[in-house]
Amino acid sequence: MSSTATEIAALVVPFVSSVRTVFSTMVGIDISVRQPHLKSDPVPTYDISGIIGFSGGISGSVVLNFPVAAAQGIVQAFTGSPVSVDSPDFADAIGELANMVAGAAKTELGQNSTISTPTVVRGSGHSIARLTDVPCIVIPCRTEMGEFVIEVNIKCANGAPKQGGN
Amino acid sequence: MHVLLVDDSSTMRTIQKKALTALGEVKFTEAGDGVAGLAAITAPGAQFDVVLLDWNMPNMDGLTMATKVRQGDKKTPIIMVTTEAEKTRIIDALKAGVNNYVIKPFTPDVLVAKVRQTLEKAKAA
Repeated sequence: MSSTATEIAALVVPFVSSVRTVFSTMVGIDISVRQPHLKSDPVPTYDISGIIGFSGGISGSVVLNFPVAAAQGIVQAFTGSPVSVDSPDFADAIGELANMVAGAAKTELGQNSTISTPTVVRGSGHSIARLTDVPCIVIPCRTEMGEFVIEVNIKCANGAPKQGGN
Repeated sequence: MHVLLVDDSSTMRTIQKKALTALGEVKFTEAGDGVAGLAAITAPGAQFDVVLLDWNMPNMDGLTMATKVRQGDKKTPIIMVTTEAEKTRIIDALKAGVNNYVIKPFTPDVLVAKVRQTLEKAKAA
């Protein structure tokens, strides 16, 4: 797990760009991104995870991980009405946000990969099976509804992408 | 106007429905994957003015559905609405018979404009 700062930045930049675009376009809120950091703990930071798997030229997973209160506010802004956390529509909205963030970043990363349909997990202390030979990069995002994080645990078959994408 | 929405996300179908109310009176039929979408469009008597089709879905993806639709129906306009934005993917979709392409995320204005453009082209053809 000895990725250089340049390699990590090449993975972070597409996700910062995609999360800003998705949230400003589809949710109508601005995101400010704080300093990314690495983690080895398989337990996500918060209780709700929208998970997208990558395969092909990129493998691994990307998780949009929210505390309940922030997720409620963001889902309400995204769908235009309040949605109960227990409702299937709530998981659907979280999954679609994860899908769009991962999909837009995938385009910028190049590498000819495919993404899975989203999986959404809710519960305190749930864990994510991750690749162990690459770091998990945590990108903290701040919104008016609260903070959430993007946890990026992917590797490119052809090495790290060049900054600026394809 | 009758629109077939095929997307595994109910949230995305709702967002599309809200945006397309700008086109006036619209009847919507919804499907959550390509299997249900294909069943809807090939059902006896089915007639849609336009199909909005996601790419990444369980059971049958949008590209497969578009390919199967075009084996029998060359006319019903299909718009792919997807996160798949690479040029090679867009070319694959056009080759499969997709008429127009909207990349997620999108604004309501962009979606409505693409639908209008697609309907006008279909009318002129």
